[in-house]
Amino acid sequence: MTAPMLAVFKLASCDGCQLTLLDCEDELLALAGQVEIAHFLEASSNTRPGPYDLTLVEGSITTSADAEHIRKIRAQSRFLVTIGACATAGGIQALRNFADVEEFRRTVYARPDYIDTLATSTPVSAHVDVDFELRGCPIDRGQLLEVITAFLTGRKPDVPNHSVCFECKRRGTVCVTVAHGTPCLGPVTHAGCGAICPAYGRGCYGCFGPSGSVNLPALIPLLHRDGMDDRDTERFLHTFNAATFAEIEEKM
Amino acid sequence: MTDSPAISVLDREGLDALVKTLTTEGRTVVGPTVRDGAVVLSELASADQLPFGWGTRVEAGHYRLIPREDGAAFAHTSGPQSWKTFLHPQREKLWSADRGADGQLSLTAEQPEQPSYAFLGVRPCDLRAIAIQDRVLTGGHYQDSGYRERRSGAFLIAAECTEPGATCFCVSMGGGPAADNGFDLALTEVVDEAGHRFLVRVGSEAGAEVLSHVPRCQADVETQTAARRAVDAARDRMGRAMPPVSLRTLMGQSLEADRWDDVADRCLTCGNCTMVCPTCFCTTTEEVTDLTGDHAERWQRWDSCFDLDFSYLHGGPVRSSPRSRYRQWLTHKLSTWYDQFDSSGCVGCGRCVTWCPVGIDITEEASALHDELEARLRLQEQAEQQERTEKVQ
Ligand code: SF4
Ligand code: SF4
Ligand code: SF4
Repeated sequence: MTAPMLAVFKLASCDGCQLTLLDCEDELLALAGQVEIAHFLEASSNTRPGPYDLTLVEGSITTSADAEHIRKIRAQSRFLVTIGACATAGGIQALRNFADVEEFRRTVYARPDYIDTLATSTPVSAHVDVDFELRGCPIDRGQLLEVITAFLTGRKPDVPNHSVCFECKRRGTVCVTVAHGTPCLGPVTHAGCGAICPAYGRGCYGCFGPSGSVNLPALIPLLHRDGMDDRDTERFLHTFNAATFAEIEEKM
Repeated sequence: MTDSPAISVLDREGLDALVKTLTTEGRTVVGPTVRDGAVVLSELASADQLPFGWGTRVEAGHYRLIPREDGAAFAHTSGPQSWKTFLHPQREKLWSADRGADGQLSLTAEQPEQPSYAFLGVRPCDLRAIAIQDRVLTGGHYQDSGYRERRSGAFLIAAECTEPGATCFCVSMGGGPAADNGFDLALTEVVDEAGHRFLVRVGSEAGAEVLSHVPRCQADVETQTAARRAVDAARDRMGRAMPPVSLRTLMGQSLEADRWDDVADRCLTCGNCTMVCPTCFCTTTEEVTDLTGDHAERWQRWDSCFDLDFSYLHGGPVRSSPRSRYRQWLTHKLSTWYDQFDSSGCVGCGRCVTWCPVGIDITEEASALHDELEARLRLQEQAEQQERTEKVQ
């Protein structure tokens, strides 16, 4: 049996999520023993053509070239997993979805005509079918390994859908909202990071996007109580997963 | 049996000696201590780490530490953890499996040596919560062997309540601030002009044995009276109360109540209430494999009825609405728990009220359900009466 071929591609993104793969230092050799890393430009310029068994895609679609590229990637991939907030939710660059991109182009660039960009930043799933979405900005190393391991053994990855509060309590952190009055997005945010921020006394920033069960209208009064005005609240919700939180706000 | 009198008095040095004795016996002493703006439960190296001089001010969804002039160590209310953190840990390995070179599978049950705990400062409500988890996890056909071992080796030192909090309601759940049984030693803290001391009662032979190594005095009448007064006074100072009705029946008659929609609007379904609850025991299992697929492990971890995946059957979750999930939690806690385990699942510790970020209050919800039911029954009765009158006419 030949080893499954693994490919890593990037679209509009910062490279941080694919770096997580290189960051799997202790497991990297074992991984290289199980898969053939066929395309991973951050690690090697030596690439092999598809088709690929498992493709990890980082980044969102912000240009027509990206949109074309992701269709080609999909066509070459048996199992396609998007990694990170950009690929699963449009990323921080989806802030453009709420603004006038034309105006940015005119104001920011000396030669606006050089800039070929779409009016929105969209997740991969808005363009092609995705087999699994791994959240986070950046993704969690353990969860990435879990997704790859699950793929190799043909099982469902164990990536819970619940809130960051679950992880907070399991790790024994004192709730920053209840005990310190600190605004925290944990109750509406997808678990996965291990509740790092509250463990350091800060509120959750929502890096993993909305959890499987979100009640924003119940949380927003708490953010106000703890000192955030409407503008602060909007900014708090409009970061790496701006588009997905905004979608929920629209339904409110 | 040793020469320990049934009731004696320790001073602060005596408390130190108690911790030292337990540590010397090879026990892991766990007790309250201050961390990150709260009284948490943690391994203690000495009695100095107890929260001397710290009290708490709590409300629904609100918790603050407040300094106390009297230097008391056990004058705080429930923090975000309970003893289940140690007896029923959030993640535990159950077994592992390996595939040998010949393709044969071998299974290894996880049987680590369990720590021998001594819990210092167990509140009476938490003694009752431990008794409930005992019934749930070791009482029936399916026993949790890890829990059983940790529990049977645990030495419990109760601390009676003299400072109930605004979210406490143990009295209305049939409990109270006094420790009656289920402990090895029970302390009642007394701080007055005569000094800072702890009345100690012995609850088991093991308790008497440990106490025999600790310098102490025979209990004087003044200390005994002061201790009893403080605990009696605490009984009348509960911050909250459940409605004085059969909650079991109330829940059974409230399945279709409108109130569930109201609470579902406020509930974040964040799961905090179940995680902090000292009786909530639900777990799920996760299967872990390594990259080669030749090594697998099964782990048990805390789960919650607020998790969508908790009721996931093929195709989707059975309890998809927040309404159905909150209703499940309250109905199980206060009603169907009786069917399963012969008691209520709530001891009135107030943790779920304090540590719910939006301050949803189980006593307020139960009262609202009670009011709604009363109103419904009244209407029904009026309608029936009218019907009867019409028939007569
Ligand atoms: S600190 Fe934030 S994530 Fe943690 S329990 Fe509190 S609200 Fe939830
Ligand atoms: S009742 Fe409170 S703690 Fe429990 S799930 Fe709802 S919001 Fe969270
Ligand atoms: S339901 Fe709430 S008050 Fe009752 S035992 Fe659990 S945490 Fe304590």
